[in-house]
Amino acid sequence: MKGVLVARLDNMTERKNAAGPQDNQRATQLVAPGEDLGDSEGHELGHGVIAIDGRIRATKNGRVNVNGNTISIEPRRTAYVPRPGDLVIGYIEGCTNNIWFVDIGAPFNAILPMSLGPSKADFGGTRSVIDIGEAILCRVQEVEETHSSVVTMKGMGLRKIRSGAVENIDPHLLGRLIGKQGKALRQLKEESECRVIVGDNGRLWIDGDFNGTLEVRNRLRSLTAEAKAVTLGGVA
Amino acid sequence: MGYGDVQMIDANGIRNDGRKAGDVRPISIELGVVPVADGSCRMKWGTNDVIAAIYGPMEAHPRKIQRQDRAVLDVRYNMAPFSTSDRIRPGFNRRSREISKVTAEALESVVMLELYPRSKIRVEIEIICAEAGTRCVGLTAASVALAHAGIPMTDIVVSVASGKINDVVVCDLNKAEDNYGEADLPMGVLPNSGELVFLQMDGDLSPEEFQEAWDYNMNAAMVIHDYCVEALKTGRYPQ
Repeated sequence: MKGVLVARLDNMTERKNAAGPQDNQRATQLVAPGEDLGDSEGHELGHGVIAIDGRIRATKNGRVNVNGNTISIEPRRTAYVPRPGDLVIGYIEGCTNNIWFVDIGAPFNAILPMSLGPSKADFGGTRSVIDIGEAILCRVQEVEETHSSVVTMKGMGLRKIRSGAVENIDPHLLGRLIGKQGKALRQLKEESECRVIVGDNGRLWIDGDFNGTLEVRNRLRSLTAEAKAVTLGGVA
Repeated sequence: MGYGDVQMIDANGIRNDGRKAGDVRPISIELGVVPVADGSCRMKWGTNDVIAAIYGPMEAHPRKIQRQDRAVLDVRYNMAPFSTSDRIRPGFNRRSREISKVTAEALESVVMLELYPRSKIRVEIEIICAEAGTRCVGLTAASVALAHAGIPMTDIVVSVASGKINDVVVCDLNKAEDNYGEADLPMGVLPNSGELVFLQMDGDLSPEEFQEAWDYNMNAAMVIHDYCVEALKTGRYPQ
């Protein structure tokens, strides 16, 4: 291999026209809001970026993702924003004669009308069906422009949660928890012998024996710690 | 005579704390200091020590403050009773109300509020130790904390004050310079676009002095912006 140039730290070029990963074009580049990400022409804008005067600007703190010609940012922290069709776990926060108000972890409480509830209830009998403080597995039916949303309990597997535990994880870490084609999640379910249902709002319903639940909890904790270490120490 | 005869800068241009006219006090930034908050930042700037915490976006209460097309920023700047040698009476006062208002207006120009209609973003700025320029530290810490909370923003606001002492324009006034100096010019700058989002002035400056103070502020803001970006990337500055 004599004479063949091997990439090492001491012989890397600082020229910006050299091929290969460069300081400002690395796929895992970390950015802060307002940072310039180059010319916007020929690029599709994904999550966390906007175009101002023909330049792409980051609007979030996170990692730059370049997928084809789409530029997006994988944010470090994010609030859950509901979308129609999301499977979510919510807590009942209040109710009127025919509506439940559900905390789904979004900026606004969702509403669950009696017509979309789990069973037939008399007018004024909402609390006898699902009481305040109880957890439910539901699906987002509709999200308005003003962010108010409607959830439904009509559908396969949607129910009141009567057993097990509900745990939280940051919504942007769900991808890591689930893995490619659900591989990591399947493995976790097999190892812990627990039923694990993952809501898109970052809440998980874990149903199983004590040791299994503990195992899932530890996995969630290590996942959060891992994500923090990666973003803080640049281990990735 | 009075305060005017206090000598705060010597013939060689060295200030009473050893800095030159354009120098900024040492800065350190730490993120995630309030684990229950959605985003938080502790900024030490000279002897100033400020914690900013962000909660939200959440439903805006009371309902009358809701805006149908955008979120509102609920900024609360507060000095801890023990933050200065004179005890500060707890609670909102005229000064903290004013600073909360100008901070909210400066942040409104960068936060993409239209993405969260009818919501509220709570920004809490607590001054733990005050020396001089707490409004600048508070504003900078709040914008770093907002970025840490994952709130979409077009830029980070960096705020810094320059002023005049013994007829010399200097950058980043310390307590003595702030108390006995002739003028004070705090500014909030968007470093990526060079835009100005916050400007106040206390005292008199000639147009030339104003320009000089402006240039000091702009240069200092660029440097402090680099610190903020590094803190956002690695969790703290300096490492």
